[in-house]
Formats: sequence, structure tokens, C-alpha cells
Amino acid sequence: MELSPLLITLQTAGAATVATFFIGIGLALMVVRLKRFQGLADAVITLPMVLPPTVVGFFLLLLFGKRSLIGRFLLQFDITLVFTWKAAVIAAIVVSLPLMYRTARGAFEQIDPHIIHAARTLGVSDWRIFWHILLPNARAGILAGLVLSFTRALGEFGATIMFAGNIPGVTQTMSTAIYAAVQANDYDLAGEWAIIIVAFSLFFVVLMNWWIARKAKGVAVWN
Amino acid sequence: MELSVKIEKKLRNFTLRADFSAKDEVFALLGASGCGKSMTLKCIAGIETPDRGRIVLNGRVLFDSEAGINLKPQARKVGYLFQNYALFPNMTIAENIAFVASGDKAEKKRKVQANLARFKLTEVAQAYPHELSGGQQQRAAFARILAADVELLLLDEPFAALDSYLKWQLEMELGDVLADYDGAALLVSHDRGEVYRLADRIAVIDQGQMEAVHTKHGLFQDPATLAATLLTGCKNISAVKRIAPDRILAVDWQLELQVAGAVSEDVRFAGIRAHYMEVAAGPGENTYAMEVIKVVEDVFSYLIMLRRQGTEARPLRLELAKDEWQKIKNPTTLYLRLPAAKLMLMEH
Repeated sequence: MELSPLLITLQTAGAATVATFFIGIGLALMVVRLKRFQGLADAVITLPMVLPPTVVGFFLLLLFGKRSLIGRFLLQFDITLVFTWKAAVIAAIVVSLPLMYRTARGAFEQIDPHIIHAARTLGVSDWRIFWHILLPNARAGILAGLVLSFTRALGEFGATIMFAGNIPGVTQTMSTAIYAAVQANDYDLAGEWAIIIVAFSLFFVVLMNWWIARKAKGVAVWN
Repeated sequence: MELSVKIEKKLRNFTLRADFSAKDEVFALLGASGCGKSMTLKCIAGIETPDRGRIVLNGRVLFDSEAGINLKPQARKVGYLFQNYALFPNMTIAENIAFVASGDKAEKKRKVQANLARFKLTEVAQAYPHELSGGQQQRAAFARILAADVELLLLDEPFAALDSYLKWQLEMELGDVLADYDGAALLVSHDRGEVYRLADRIAVIDQGQMEAVHTKHGLFQDPATLAATLLTGCKNISAVKRIAPDRILAVDWQLELQVAGAVSEDVRFAGIRAHYMEVAAGPGENTYAMEVIKVVEDVFSYLIMLRRQGTEARPLRLELAKDEWQKIKNPTTLYLRLPAAKLMLMEH
């Protein structure tokens, strides 16, 4: 059994989750503070979660393709994205971002605003407030968002196959490998990949639940 | 320590206008809930931004709409005691204080120890906020504010969330803290007793409009406006007409009354506190035969609703100590005197 789909999947999902973590939290903080157009901004960021992944992949192709503005700009630096490993990462980021964003936003909104006001009136800088108050008190939500977006990125299929293709050893992930195996009537191979994906996803979600439950018993119970 | 505030902010139902200054004292804003008094504090702390005006603390301009100055809350040095104390839930009490204390490591440590000791929190220094009682949480919030070197204390309904026994204990503790504290403090409350016991001067806010500033004795003796009279707890109020330079007709009570001193042409209401009225032996000045409509037994007194005999007038509420009421043997009619000196007249 060729192991490259497993490695490519883990690399893609790992890289995408790192990016999603920062972008998702940043967007959550930004949208929470918006005074106008909050609903619209939220809808735009959430859209990839509800659209068919093929539509997301199609838009990514249009946005980053060789004829697009961005595509032509990148081409000047000899960078092409379509059908590369980077494209798989971008596809995974876009589809997993809404999960990170929504759970982080929910966690931030649970924090009593008086606590933030108190810290600010007592001279604590906004940066210290973010690291020492916002992040620790939103920890469970952010952790959940992290696991959900990682597992979503692990299983990403539609946008990836549209935008990054299904090139063995380059962009073929576990989920696209299953598709290819079924197309080639190789149900055994498809089954093996399916079992591996289920095992990984189950492991991470169980880990998340265990960690959140353990933390909840310790400190920072809301009253 | 000197604070001067003159601000305006449009709110949903009215426009808030606050204009006052306070100097080394406890200054109270008394108002019903939703009158704009908490909003005033939030504007001073920089949590909310007024539409117009100027806020100056100890010569530092915190906000000036014309000069385009609007300091961040961090730069204002104004401590805000929130109703729910707003302790950081992920930090112990000692960490809560250390997190906001200024200075180097040794200085921080000294401030933490000093404030823990001052507020009798040393034993719970390593506990988390949710493990503390309401009283301890409030003391911790105070310790945290004082460790941050603030120049002004803002107290937003500090006892609203407590039951009456704990409330009294904390009120006494707060009294001690304020007596110790040599800066100015602003207290916001809807409780007349609380502001009377804690504050030196009081301003009434009604629907966002700030009324004249009174000393606490002045406010309770002569509230001057209907809103202030109601907020100071007066239960008997009637619309009035001036019928002579020193006589009024209380329209709602259907009583003609002599008042002490001259009556303004613009007088609109009169009020009298329930425990300032007297039961008289027979007719006399401002004394009328009244019919007893209802008697309610309170904890330490009787509340007696009285209406002028032979009318359908609005009843007056009389409060009498239990033994006094029992002495006159539960009558169905009595003579009630409204002492002229105790009548409060209002133009607004």
C-alpha cells in the first residue's frame, strides 16, 4: 500500500489547521467588534461551510487560475497554485475556516464583557487582555474549533479535487484516493483508507472531548 | 482630587445630560433603573463615548469632543467597581491583583501582599473567584482596583446583587474603605438609604436629566422636584393649587393646607412623608377628620391608609409605631395633622 495519501493528508490538514487557527481567531475577534455589517461579514465567512465543496473549488479555480488577476500576479514570481500541494492546503483552509471562526466567536461571546472592561480600566493593554484573559477563558471553544477544523480538513474532498486535482504522490489525499480506488473497482484499498480516516477522526474528536472535560473539572468554571 | 463632567449622549429613549463636579468626597447619582446613571459612569471610565462634552480629572483631560480628545480606558486611571465584580475567572485572587498592579516584580509583590492583607483576603489568595463568597469577591475587586493606582473610584450599584444581611455588612465595609480612601468616589444607586449613609452630596438623575446637586441633608429635607421626592421615598404626593400667598389646595387629597413661608406661583405638587404626619385629638391647623380605609401591619410599624371623610379623595399613607397605633385603639376615623413645616413643595 502506497502511503503517500496519508502523508499528504496529514501535511495538508496540519498546515491548513495552523493557518485556520490564526485566521479564524482573528476573524472572530474582528467580527465581534464590528458595529455595522456584522451579519454580512459573518455570512461571507460561514458560506464555505454551507456551499457544495465543488462550488468552493470552482471559485478557487477562478480566483487563483492562470487567467485571474491573482494567478497572473503569482505567475510573475513563477508560482502556480492550481493542481499543486499548496492548492490542497488553500482548499482545506477555506472549507475548515468557518468551523474555527464560529466556535471561536461563540467562545469569545460567552465571556462577560465586564471582565474586559474591568481589565481595560485597570490599565491592562489590549494585547495582554487577549493572551491572558480572552484566550484562556475561551480555551474550550478554541480547542473544539481546532479539532473540528482539523478533522474537517482531514476529510476534505470536493474543493480539493476541483482545485488541486488528484495527482498520486502530489495532491492525492486519503479521501481522493478512496474516490480513485472505487473508480478503479479496488474496494479493498478504498476500505483500508476509509478505516484509517474514521480512526483518525474518531481519535481526535475523542481526544478533544476528554481534554475539555478534564479542563472543566479544574479551574475557570463560570459563575 | 477633582473631577468635572459635562457630557451629553443620545440614548434610545432620551438624551443623557450630566453636568457636575466632585472633589475629595463621595458623590452619589441617585436615580431609578434605566435613568442613565450607569451610562454616566461608563462615559467617565471610557467604556462608552459621549456625543459631546468634556471630562477632566485632576487637570487631565480624559475626554473633550471639541478638542478631539478621547483617552483609552487604560490611560484614564479610573477604577470601576462592577455589580458582578468582574474578577478574572481564570486567575487566583493574588493573580487578579498582580495582573493589574504597576511597577517591577518586587513592587508588584508588595502591592499584592499589602492589598490582600488590607482586605482580609490573605487566606484566600490562592483561591479562584468562583470559590469565594459574594462579600469576599467584592473585597477582592476593591483590592484589585486599589493596587492599580487609580485616581477615581466608580461604584456601580455595589450592593444590588446581595441579600439584605450581607448587603449591610458590605455597606459598612465599603464605608470603611471610603473613609480610608483619600480620592474622590462616585456612587450610583437607586437606593435612597444607601446614598444617604455613604455619600456627602447627591444629584438626582431622571430620564437622563441631571437635577440640581444637593447635600444629602438638603435633598431629603427639600427635594424640590417630583422625581427627587419620589426617589427619596416620599409616599404621599398630590397635585396642588396656590389659593393664597401661604395656602394651597391639595387637589388629590382634597385638603386645604397652610404652608410655612410663601408659596411660589409655579407650585405644582406637594408631598409629605408617611412618618411626619400626626394623629391629633381634635380639629386645628391643617387637621382634618379622616376615614381609615385600610391598616397594614409592617415589621415594626402599622401603615394606615386614610382618606378625607365624606370624599373619594386619594388616600394618604400614615406610618405609626406599633404601640402608638395600639394606644389609640384601632379607630375607624381620626383627626390627622399635616404639620406645615413638613410639607415639601415642588415646582416640577
